[in-house]
Amino acid sequence: MSELPEIFRVLAFVGGIMALVGLNAAFSVWLERKVAGHIQRRIGPKEVGPFGIFQSLADGIKLMSKQLVVPAKADPVLYRLAPALTMITAVMVFVVIPFGPALVARDINIGLLLIFAIASVNVLALLMGGWGSNNKYAVISATRAVSQNVAYEVPMLITVVTMVMIAGSMNLNTIVGQQQNLLQWYIFPWNGSLLLPVSFLIFFVCAMAETNRAPFDLGEAESELVAGFHTEYGGMGFGLFFLGEYGHVFVGCALASILFLGGWQCPFGWLPGIHWLLLKTYLLVFVVMWVRWTYPRTTLYGLLNLSWKVLVPFSLAILVLTAAMLKVF
Amino acid sequence: MSVLAADPTYETFVLNMGPQHPATHGALRVKLVMDGEYIVEAEPVLGYIHRMHEKMGENRTYHQYLPNPSRLDYLSAMACTHGHVATVERAAGIAVPERAEYLRVITVELNRVSSHLLWLGAFVLDLGGFTPLLYAMDDREQILDLLERVTGSRLTYCYFRFGGLYNDVDDDFVDGARALVKRIRDKMPMYHNLITKNVILRQRLEGIGPISAEMCRKYGATGPVARGSGIPYDVRKHEPYSVYPEFDFDVPVYEQGDSMARYLVRMDEIEQSLRIVEQGLDKLPEGPVMAEKVPKIIKPPKGDYYCAVEAARGSFGIRLVSDGTNTPYRLKLRSPCFSNVSLFGEAARGLLLADAVALFGSLDLVIPDIDR
Amino acid sequence: MKAADVQKSLAAVAGVQVGAVDYAARGFHVDVTLPSQEITAVVQVLDQEGFFIESITGVDWLGEQEALAKEAAKQAAAAKKAAEKAAAEAAEQAAGEAPGDAGAVAAPAAEPPPAPAPEESPEPEEDSFEVVYDFNHFRELCRVTIRVRVPRSLPELPSISDIYPGANWHEREAHDFFGLVFTGHPDLSPLLLPEDADFHPLRKDYKP
Repeated sequence: MSELPEIFRVLAFVGGIMALVGLNAAFSVWLERKVAGHIQRRIGPKEVGPFGIFQSLADGIKLMSKQLVVPAKADPVLYRLAPALTMITAVMVFVVIPFGPALVARDINIGLLLIFAIASVNVLALLMGGWGSNNKYAVISATRAVSQNVAYEVPMLITVVTMVMIAGSMNLNTIVGQQQNLLQWYIFPWNGSLLLPVSFLIFFVCAMAETNRAPFDLGEAESELVAGFHTEYGGMGFGLFFLGEYGHVFVGCALASILFLGGWQCPFGWLPGIHWLLLKTYLLVFVVMWVRWTYPRTTLYGLLNLSWKVLVPFSLAILVLTAAMLKVF
Repeated sequence: MSVLAADPTYETFVLNMGPQHPATHGALRVKLVMDGEYIVEAEPVLGYIHRMHEKMGENRTYHQYLPNPSRLDYLSAMACTHGHVATVERAAGIAVPERAEYLRVITVELNRVSSHLLWLGAFVLDLGGFTPLLYAMDDREQILDLLERVTGSRLTYCYFRFGGLYNDVDDDFVDGARALVKRIRDKMPMYHNLITKNVILRQRLEGIGPISAEMCRKYGATGPVARGSGIPYDVRKHEPYSVYPEFDFDVPVYEQGDSMARYLVRMDEIEQSLRIVEQGLDKLPEGPVMAEKVPKIIKPPKGDYYCAVEAARGSFGIRLVSDGTNTPYRLKLRSPCFSNVSLFGEAARGLLLADAVALFGSLDLVIPDIDR
Repeated sequence: MKAADVQKSLAAVAGVQVGAVDYAARGFHVDVTLPSQEITAVVQVLDQEGFFIESITGVDWLGEQEALAKEAAKQAAAAKKAAEKAAAEAAEQAAGEAPGDAGAVAAPAAEPPPAPAPEESPEPEEDSFEVVYDFNHFRELCRVTIRVRVPRSLPELPSISDIYPGANWHEREAHDFFGLVFTGHPDLSPLLLPEDADFHPLRKDYKP
């Protein structure tokens, strides 16, 4: 791809990423409903297309054809901006995700840092949406989402620092390149630090919390806060929040598979490429959904305690131990 | 009010939970004065589906009022209708054949199981776990199907008549009920493994929303709420009516008084109700299901009568004042949920919003029963 | 037996009539009738005995006094008629038999009429609301029913919501339905009826 003129490359990737975000949301919604259905001993969507695969398409058309109602006394700017912002951050983080050996929009060497920098902006979108819609439930939800995101970004970043130390790079493609087969995956304790499986667990839990997924979905706790920060949103405003949420879930899981599970590399060394990344990512997405439909929701304080009292000390300890091990060996 | 009275500048805001809110299970509104996520004051606002069943009672003959009680607590409607017919039978001195009493007990207990199963699903839904609802609904559906075959309705039963039952059951019902008891008994370990042992659930329920025995007494809370606070009060044991003395069952009591205790009481009650159903099926006597000499027009002698039954949510009582005519002079419905929700304001003070939802769910409220 | 104990301790409160009731026929054990000002004292006794509150409600006895007066008049008329008949018979008998006997037979029969006569006042007494409190005990089988009569024109009685906080809502409900005024109640705004309701649907003279 590198021989194409830069402008075509950029356009191709913008189009590709936009399509991926949209398709991912459609597929994830369908998958979520199917997973939920089968976990709950029912079938899930089945009418629209084979196995109901076009259900999300129908839903998307419905959402797009709805009027965007701005509530009275809502802040018109913040209210309209918030869904767009959550969508923008979701699209931007895709820029540095390596889908294949050469299939990356911008192969920059601080890719990991960029992802976290941009993903953190997402919480601003939730805050804007919650505050802008002039609804008490939305405000409570927004404050919850902020404290939750702040709390979970800390252990997540510490874990990422551990990974950077082991891999010796912040370039995602380099990190993937180092895990050429199953045995070299960074999830296994012989690849740098004995505590890597724990690191993976911490990273995965944090990714779930960062993306507001159950059992950490305090932001949109439907039995307490009706629908949380998007209570007042209808139509495509809600739709964009949804697209963004699934985009973030995808990125979180993709990052977990890049850092720990070898990204686009094949476990057995056959045909590395985008299909392996998608497979691993959607397996993790499935786990996220599995957890969501199995567990009840925690409370805000249970959640914050888990982060500050368990995950942060553990990840710090892992960081120190890993540093020591790297120094010694 | 204490915080607000002490410091008028103290900043709070009012949050209206309801009348349309996922956690209130119907049209109940709770006015919450919040300090951030903490509740300073909670005041339930009732009456959104008030239908004045008591006035209806004064304007209808005893027979015409038969369908009404099942519109109160529509999830354990069988117990409500049982309370009504038992009151009128007591007042008019109508004897009920034994087979009818046994069938009443069996259907009431099946209905109680279905009510508790729905509560289980809805309660865990309140706590954010969606899946148990569909499992519980699936089992409940079997009970409703079974009851529908004999009573003709799925929720608002009108199966009991003064002096007996509307119709007799067949062998299919007996076999179906036995299969059902087995099915639900086999399912209970799964519920316990999936829900009761769940760490997040325990963390959300243990020690949350404590209700003391004294509070139950002062507010008149009965049923699983009282039994979760260490009060062994169950009308079926305490004041035996119908043929309950013939049955061997326990009254589950937990001392902690928190939401977990109320949860466990109901889970244990499902098993106890299954035991009663099983024994009832074993002992079911032959004979008529309707007393032979029931007057066409019921005119209880002057005076007032009280009768209470144990509905799924507590003691459901009816006070009937008769003036000797064919309509009640006054019919007071004492609904368990009304008393149980009246302590919510005190119990919710100082709780987190999420914990208040857990407390609310653990009270197991049915709004038409509160509003009547 | 709890019922007997409670009867004893309730009877100690002034102005209280306590009666035992046939539980099997009526569904409660102790029936207490008392003037409205004594209600708090009686409820305090029940509170100490460990009773819990079941409900508070009212009964509108509109037309009761009229019916009673009518009944009394009817009885008086019947008694008078009977007496007259007896007197006439006696006179007939006396005519046929010895005159000395007649006076002895007629005298007791003629006595009743004067007795109901004073009750037959031209205006019947005012009708009243009966406020019924139901109490029950968690551990022992004892249901106590307390009845208080208040005049329909001034349906006021003391609130017991400071003794039993649960009575708060029951009293509000009774206020909604009957217009009973519980003095000392913190907030008698409509509970089940609409916020602006100014009618009391369970009064017998209520027309929607």
